[in-house]
Formats: sequence, C-alpha cells, structure tokens
Amino acid sequence: MTFLKVNNLSVDYQMRKEIVRAAKNVNIEVNKGEILGLVGESGSGKSTVGNAIINLIDEPGKVSSGSVILGDLNIHENSESIVKYRGNKIGLIFQDPQTSLNPILTVGEQLIETIQTHLKLSKEEAKNKSINLLKEVGIKDAETRFDNYPHQFSGGMRQRVVISLALCCEPELLIADEPTTALDVSIQSQILELIKKLTKERNLAVILITHDMGVIAETADRVAVMKSGNLVEIGETKKILTKPQENYTKSLVSSVPPTDKKISRFVIVEKKNSDKIENNIKILNRWTKKKRIINQDLVEIKNLSKSFDDNFFTESSKNSVMAVNDVSFDIKEGESFGLVGESGSGKSTIAKMIVNLFKPTSGDIFFDNVCITKIKQRFELMKFRKQIQMIFQDPYSSLNGRLKVKDIIAEPITLHNPSISNIDLNNYIYDLLESVELTQNSADRYPHEFSGGQRQRISIARALATQPRLLVCDEPTSALDVSIQAQILNLLKDLQEQLNLTILFISHDLPVVRQMCDRIGVLKDGKLCEVSNTEDLFLKPDHEYTKELLRLMPKIESIYN
Amino acid sequence: MLVVAFVSFSLFNFVGDPINNMVGEETSDEERAELRETLGLMDPIHVQFSRFIVNASKGEFGISYQLRRPVSELIVERLPATIELVVISALIALITGTLLGVYTGINREGFLSDFVLAISLLGVSLPTFVIGILFIYLFAVILGILPSFGRGEVVDLGFWTTGFLTVSGLKAIILPSVTLSLFQMTYIIRLVRAEMMEILQTDYIKFARARGISENSIKYKHALKNGLIPVITIAGINIGTLIAFSIITETVFQWPGMGFLFIQAVQFVDIPIMSAYLVFIAFVFVMINFIVDILYYLIDPRIRVKGDDTSG
Amino acid sequence: MIQVDNKTLGTWERIKDSDIYHSFIKSPTAIVSSTILLIIFFCSFFVELITPYNPFDPSSLSLMDAFTPPSWTEEGLAKFILGTDGQGRDMLSTILYGCRISLIVGFSAIIFSLILGVGLGLTAGFFGGKYEMIVMRLTDVQLTVPSILMALLVDGIARGLISREMHDEMAIYVLIFAIGISEWPQFARVSRAATLVEKNKDYVSASTIIGVSNIIIMFKHILPNILRPVLVIGTIGLALAILAESTLSFLGVGVPPTTPSLGTLIRLGNDFLFSGEWWITFFPAIFLVILAFSINLLGDWMRDTLNPKLKK
Repeated sequence: MTFLKVNNLSVDYQMRKEIVRAAKNVNIEVNKGEILGLVGESGSGKSTVGNAIINLIDEPGKVSSGSVILGDLNIHENSESIVKYRGNKIGLIFQDPQTSLNPILTVGEQLIETIQTHLKLSKEEAKNKSINLLKEVGIKDAETRFDNYPHQFSGGMRQRVVISLALCCEPELLIADEPTTALDVSIQSQILELIKKLTKERNLAVILITHDMGVIAETADRVAVMKSGNLVEIGETKKILTKPQENYTKSLVSSVPPTDKKISRFVIVEKKNSDKIENNIKILNRWTKKKRIINQDLVEIKNLSKSFDDNFFTESSKNSVMAVNDVSFDIKEGESFGLVGESGSGKSTIAKMIVNLFKPTSGDIFFDNVCITKIKQRFELMKFRKQIQMIFQDPYSSLNGRLKVKDIIAEPITLHNPSISNIDLNNYIYDLLESVELTQNSADRYPHEFSGGQRQRISIARALATQPRLLVCDEPTSALDVSIQAQILNLLKDLQEQLNLTILFISHDLPVVRQMCDRIGVLKDGKLCEVSNTEDLFLKPDHEYTKELLRLMPKIESIYN
Repeated sequence: MLVVAFVSFSLFNFVGDPINNMVGEETSDEERAELRETLGLMDPIHVQFSRFIVNASKGEFGISYQLRRPVSELIVERLPATIELVVISALIALITGTLLGVYTGINREGFLSDFVLAISLLGVSLPTFVIGILFIYLFAVILGILPSFGRGEVVDLGFWTTGFLTVSGLKAIILPSVTLSLFQMTYIIRLVRAEMMEILQTDYIKFARARGISENSIKYKHALKNGLIPVITIAGINIGTLIAFSIITETVFQWPGMGFLFIQAVQFVDIPIMSAYLVFIAFVFVMINFIVDILYYLIDPRIRVKGDDTSG
Repeated sequence: MIQVDNKTLGTWERIKDSDIYHSFIKSPTAIVSSTILLIIFFCSFFVELITPYNPFDPSSLSLMDAFTPPSWTEEGLAKFILGTDGQGRDMLSTILYGCRISLIVGFSAIIFSLILGVGLGLTAGFFGGKYEMIVMRLTDVQLTVPSILMALLVDGIARGLISREMHDEMAIYVLIFAIGISEWPQFARVSRAATLVEKNKDYVSASTIIGVSNIIIMFKHILPNILRPVLVIGTIGLALAILAESTLSFLGVGVPPTTPSLGTLIRLGNDFLFSGEWWITFFPAIFLVILAFSINLLGDWMRDTLNPKLKK
C-alpha cells in the first residue's frame, strides 16, 4: 500500500541571473517496509527532493509547487504544519555524521529533547527509551555512552547515534541522504545492514539517497533515477539495473565499473563511438623515445616507514602514529600498480613519499635504480621531479584558481626548459590540451569555468607536460560522478598505452582498481597485507582482510542473483 | 611576565636621560650628579636590574620624575578609580553587546536588527574621545544634568576609595563608563552576531530542525550555547582593551585614574610611572588569560573530556 | 573533444560578470560610501586647488576673523563656510589639510603593518615548525596588548630616544611606526590561517612535484589566494588606523599642532567647547566620523560579499 505520495514536486532556487529549477514535477511513491533508492549524479536534484519532502530547503530555494501526502495527511498544506511532522512522522539522516550532532550537548540530552518534543514522556521514561534505542542501533554500553559527547564517538558510531535520533520518535518514513558516503566500506556495510534491519522490524518506508549504484543494488527494493531535476525512470531495482529503458539510465549503468570481471574500456553511451584517441597523439613527437622494456623494475620500495608526530616539541616516538609501517613492493615499467585500502591505511602517504612531498622516517625508494629519498642537491632532485608526476583527488583544489589554464600548464614546461620559445610553448600547450580532449580555447580560461571532470583533464595535461615516466594517481576519480569517472579512466588507459606510462593507481574503490590495474597491493593500518596479480586477487584472495573487503564491497551484480 | 619586566626595565634604563627631563635647563652639573646618585642611576646595569625586579615584586617602582612621589603610592591612589570605571564599562559592554549580538544574529532581517547594526557600525567608527566630547557637550554643557569631569564625592574605605556610595559619585561614573563601553559594545555585537549566523547554518542545526525540535529551542539552546563560547575570549580581550581605552576616557573626563596618570607620564617622559603601568597591565593580562583558559575548560566539553574513540 | 562554450571573456567582462560587481551595483551602501570616500580623498589630496585659504600661511590669517561661527548662523561670514578657529583659520580648509595628514598617516601605517603582518604570516604558515611557533607566540602577545596602548608605548619610548627639537619633525614617522606596529598581528593571523589552508591544497603539492621552488610557490601561488581576507582586514584596519591616529593626536602624543591632523584639531577645539564655540571641535569630529564610517561601511560590505560562509 502506498504510504508516501509525492505529486508534481518542484523546487526553485532564485539565483542572481535566473531561476534554477532543482526539481521539476517529481512524482514518487513509497510503500511501507520498502526502501526506495533515489539515485543520480551531483546536481541531479536527489538531495533537493529529500529535503523538499520535509520542506527543509536552504535559502534561497523554495518548494514552488506540488503536494506531499503521508498516509492520508497532506503535510505540505501550510509551512507551519510540516514542523509537527519532522522527527515525529519523518526522520532524516544526513551524509556527514561528524557535523550532524551538536558538539556541546551530550548524546543523551539531544535524544531526550527530541523525544520530549514529540512524545508525552517523563524525563525518566525518555531516558529509558533512549538507552533502548542506542542498544537497538548497535551501541554497546549504552548506559554509559548516553552521557558522552559526540566527539567521543567514532565516525561509524556517530552515524548510529544519528540514526537513533532520527528514529527516536518512531517515524514511519525515513529519509537517508547519502548516509554512508563519508564512511569506509566496512562501516558502510554495517550501517546499510542496520537500515535494512530497521526497515523490516519497524515497517518503515525508507528513501535512500545515494550516488552509488552498488549500494542501490544491495539495499533498494525499487529505484528512482534522477537527472538535472527530472525523474528519469522509476521501477524495480532489478529491472532498472538490468534492462534500463532510458538512455541516461543505460549510460549510468554502463559507467559503473563491474566488480566481477575486467573490461577493456567503459562504454560511453551518449557519445556514439567511444572515440579512442587517434593512434598518434601529437605530444608523442616530443616524448623521448624509449624502447619498451617489460618486466624491469621502475620503482622499488624497500622497508618504507613513516610516522607522524603529534607533538613536534618532544619528538618522542610515544605519541607518534605509524602511518606507513615497513612496506616493500616494486612497480614494473609500463604497468599499472594499484594500492587499495580504507581511509587511514597509509596509501596516500606512500604516494606522497614517492613524489617526494614527504620524507620517509626510514626505508628507501629507488627510481630507475637510484635512491631518490637520499638526494640532497636540488639539481639532482629536479631530474626526478621531471620523471614522476601526480594527479590528485580533488579537482577543485588541485588547480590554482588565480592562474589561467595556459599558465598552469606552462609552469612545468618553462621550469624544466627555460629556453623554449613562446610559439613552441603555445603549440605544446595546445597539443597537451588536445591529448586530454580539451579544445584550444580552454587555454585562456580560468579553472572555475570548468567542471570537475574537465579540471581533472587539465591536471592530467599539467602532469604530462614534463614527459614523466611514472604517473601517481591518488584517487583521481573518487570526487567525480560515475559517467565522468568512466571517461577519465578511459583517458588514462589510452594515455598509458600511447605513452608507455607507468601508473601507480591509488584508490579505495575495488571495482575501479580491478578495471585499471595489472597488479594490486592491499594496505591496512600502514601495513601491506598482500600483493598479487589483479585477477588472482579478486578470484582467490589470500589475506583475511582482502577477503573481508571483497565480501563487503557493494556489488551492482548482486542484483542478478 | 619576566619579559615584560625586562622591557620596562630597559625603558627605565636606556630611554633618554631622565635627569634631563626632570630638571630645568639651568640646573648645575653637581645638582644633576647628586640626583643621579639618589635615584641609583650610577650603579652597574645588572645591579639596577636585579634591584628593579626585587622592588617590582614588592610593588615599588621608584620615584616619579615628574611628581617626585613614590610611584607605588601614586598607583595605589589611582587604582580604585580605574578599576571601578573598567568594571562598570565591562559589564555594560558585555551584557548589552551579547544580548544585541544574539538578537541580531537570530533575527537577521527586520527593522530593529538593521537599526542596531547601523548603530553598531557607527559605534565602531566613533572614536572614544569623540563620544566623550559629544556626551560632555550634550549632558553637561547643554542639559547640565551630569558632571563633566572628576569622580564626584568619594568615600574612603581605608584601602579603597569608592564613588559608589554617594549620589554625586554615581552620577559622575555614568558618562565615562558609557563612553568607554560603547566602542567595545559595538565590537561585541558584531562578533556575537557573526558567530550566531555561522552556527545557524551548521549541519547540526539543520539536523535539529529535521528532528522537529522547536525553533525556540534551536535558537536559544542549541545555537546560543555554542555561540556563547567565543564570548569568553571576547570578554577577556574586552577587559584588556577597556583598560587601555580608559586612558582616553580618563583624559577626556579628567577621571583621576591610572590612565590619566600614564598619559601625563608619556607626555613628560616619566619613565618610572610608565614602566610601573606596563608591569601592572602585563600582570592584569596574564591573569585574564589564565581565567579565560579555566572558563574554557569548564564550558567546552571538547576540551574538558578528551576523546576516547575506542569502539567503532 | 570536449567543447567549452566558445566565447572567451576579456578582463572587463570578467569583472562585470563577477559576483562582486553585481553585489556592488545592488548595494546602495557600498556605492554611497565609496562615493563619499572618493570625494574625501580627492578633496584632501588636491586641497590647494579647492580652497582659497592656506591655514598654515600666517600672512593670510587675521585675528579679526577669529571665532567666526559657521556661515549660516547670524554672525557667520559667507567666506568662511564652517567658521574659523581661534587663530582666524578657515575651518573647512584646516579640516581638509588635517584630513590629508590623517589619511597619509593612516594609509602609511596600514601598508606598513600589512607588509609586516602578511610577510610574517605567510612565511610562518608556509614553513611551520619552530619559526611559526615563535611568530605566532609574538602575535599572541602583541594581540593581548591593545593597539592604542602599544602605540602610546612606542611613542613614549620614541620621545625618550629622540630629542625634543627633533621630535616634532619625526613625530609623523614615529606615529606611522607606532600605529603600524600595533596593527600587524591581525594581518599575520589572518594570512597565516589562510596560508595553512592554501598550503594543503593540491595545487601547491602539484607545483612542488613539478619542482617549483618554495619562494615562487609562496609569492606566485599562495599570496594571490590569501589576499581577499587580507584586503577586508586592511579596509577595516584603515579605519582603525585613522581613529588611532586621531586618538593619539587628541591625547597630545600624535602629530604636533603646527601640522594638525583631525585629532589635533578636535583637541584644540575641545578647549573652546565650554565657551560656546562648538564648531571648532564639532566639524573636525563629524568629518572624522564620516570618514571612518564610510570606510567601515565599505569594509563591512566587502566582508559580507567575500565571505563564502555567509552567502545569503
């Protein structure tokens, strides 16, 4: 039976130049005991819809039309009445548990206040109810934890507290806005299990807003796909994911890296032929020609360790955290080596030591048989700077917003080749832009005029400008939407093939790593668990932790079973 | 503290020749030498410094060049006036400033908020001495209802002289204290307002709304408690600044406090008074910082309870 | 190829398209205050061309004209719009000349403290370590000492170090130094905080990996990115510096009466307040307030516009 009915819901944002319609005539129905996945890329309006249901849109946006029927109540009748239903009939969970709780009130105070706002209970009764709730969401020692402040909980635990707060007045509808995006895979699966369990036990209607198709596949009963404010398609999860009707849904599904097999390229639906770069890209002419040497180590890492001191006054090892602990592996010329791990596993720290941003506490890194960790002279170091380049995770912070694109790309060129003529420099910049599929007129623009994916292309062009042999990619696509991710991954694959690049690919995303890498190293808490060929690792993992990661990873294919 | 003591000692020692400032042009060299001897200016520097420290810890800073009286005596005489002025002003500035800041932070739109904000901006633009002059002109010259200078009648309690116990004393403190507090008050209004506005946009406020917590509780419990934390720091700095600005107010109203003494000392290069004042100010600042730290510890749970992120 | 739309914007179009420009056009306070400021700047820097009087040329002064009230009062003379002071100087010209002194001191002081503060803050944030610790400790100490007190102290020391005859000549430089040295911690704090944020952004790492040297990274990459908050502080700081200058001059420790600034004028006029010649102190005071208020309005608008956190 239909419990929530959203009819023709529209949300407008009054901007300086125009009115932006963040949601356009959206119609959604949710039943009790059912999880509806609301999926879409950034800017699709999925969160807007979630917030609009309880009429909690940030200024200057407002719900411009439509109605929301909950059971037999029209909760959007007037803006006052909706306040009664918040928390009481409808619970909401936000993405980031770090910021959703008031830091100076104890968890208990926040629970009791919420309960007493809606239910006529004495303080004592409210407290008992709260403690039971905390137990229900899986917090051990609920009686003592009740009096703790939010900062005393870890991220996953905090999200459990947030869930208990959303559920404490027994709402019938739960809206979860990216509830696990800020969490690691292992904690993500726990939280999703909890939401599934509560949905069944309490017969909740749940709207799960996410960008992650894997999460949808594993949790949602039905799914609604949104794109730029429009509802594209809605239906049974299995049907949508296996036989999508709309073009957009098709491209979305095909962009998702499969977890169960390795494919050579992602199929980009909207562009008719997934145009592979013409066989000779122009920058290749400038590349120092080198014979392809297979199976020779380009990078050797020996017993690498790095500790960060909490307190730099004492420099004692007592407070220090071992971010990287005795790690050894090597990367062969021309291969893609993957490093995977959860947050805090030390994967980025290793990357930063290889590109010489951090000095290791102990251990050595050899590049082309030279130990680059012990170079003192700037001149010597520059030779290696040239050969090792890096691509960063956040496309918004990796480009200096005050410089034009051409100045950003010119910086490495002129630094390593000060005598280059202006004409030659411009041509080189254009060639580089072309190699990352950007037009020449991009050169005279500023970074803020580009989208995330385009910025990432500029980053790649900058990295290629010094003609590196090793490209370190630190989560290059995790800030991007899946369709953009597919394009960037295709680009990286093409460039690697053309330029015979060696790639160190760092990611938390196992399916992506499977598509990109020849060999993979798994990191946990600064230690390397195992290194093996990609297919071996996915098919018969050795280490317990790897097995666990593989088991918990959300799989879009789970829908077929 | 020691650093400040050293600075004030250096002031004492190396800045100019105090004798020149003390005596007229026609004084003979013998008289100068004699004076030098009595003031102990002939001793080696380290002797002078240790003597300075010892004396300072006993509250003795030598003899004022200009007034020829012990500095400690002058300070004790002037201290109550300044403290009464500063305390009253601090209370006015903190209470009114915080209240108005919270009000304007919560009610961002609305006539009263805009009005308070415009006034507060004007307040930041009005130098203290101009306010003082305007007040004197308005209340003393034109209306003639409040005195324009001095402390009025004071009651001597032996260790302390207070103006709180007489009508004229109370009347006399109104103009100087309001003058002194206005500039600070406007600062506090703006700071508290900015803080409140930022807090009202945080996720936890949004989450509280989503749970249906009433607007009143959100504003006056959730937001206000967080918003008041920085007020402690402001209050600390506020008192320090008030002491400094009391120099101006005391000059304008000829309030017989330490600031007035100090400004005269600067004009006549009366180093002992300047260094004594400096040591006193430094002592006050150290105390304020200490108290602020303690208050933080008591109020902010994030500092009080060290995180035990164990289970997760 | 990924097509970006074809028109490439020129610099002027970029400015016209920016949010700042639009917010400026839409804000009457920003337009009015910047217009007033432009007029004041223009008038005081080209004062010779505007007024027929030179108040510092004794031959043009006549004591017969002394204490002429403003032109609209009964005894007023049309040639002295705002009346004259005790020496028969035309108030309007004197104010404009005084304003120029105030502006020169204010600007110089703020530029001095901006260079010092940003230089220290930027390097402290960038290099970190013990150097950063020392710089920040210094800022903390300096911040707890209220600026006016700091300026008074510097002035007092300078008076001791420099002989009396020299002092009048040097007064303006001493004043610039005294105010500048008391304002730099603000800049140091803001620019250090901004540098810490920028330093951790990937574009800085990218430049390091390319091989760009630290100095170039600091000045080419980080400096332009931290200028926004520095400019906001600078604008508000300018108002504070002008107020500080006038306060010091009012207290008699600023610029000498021979080249009066606004503060000096107010002090000189203050003596005539009780005898009824209110205009001698009133007009400089009003002028000072309008000047400071306009700068503050502009600074306030800049802060609201440039602060992404408070987007409405």
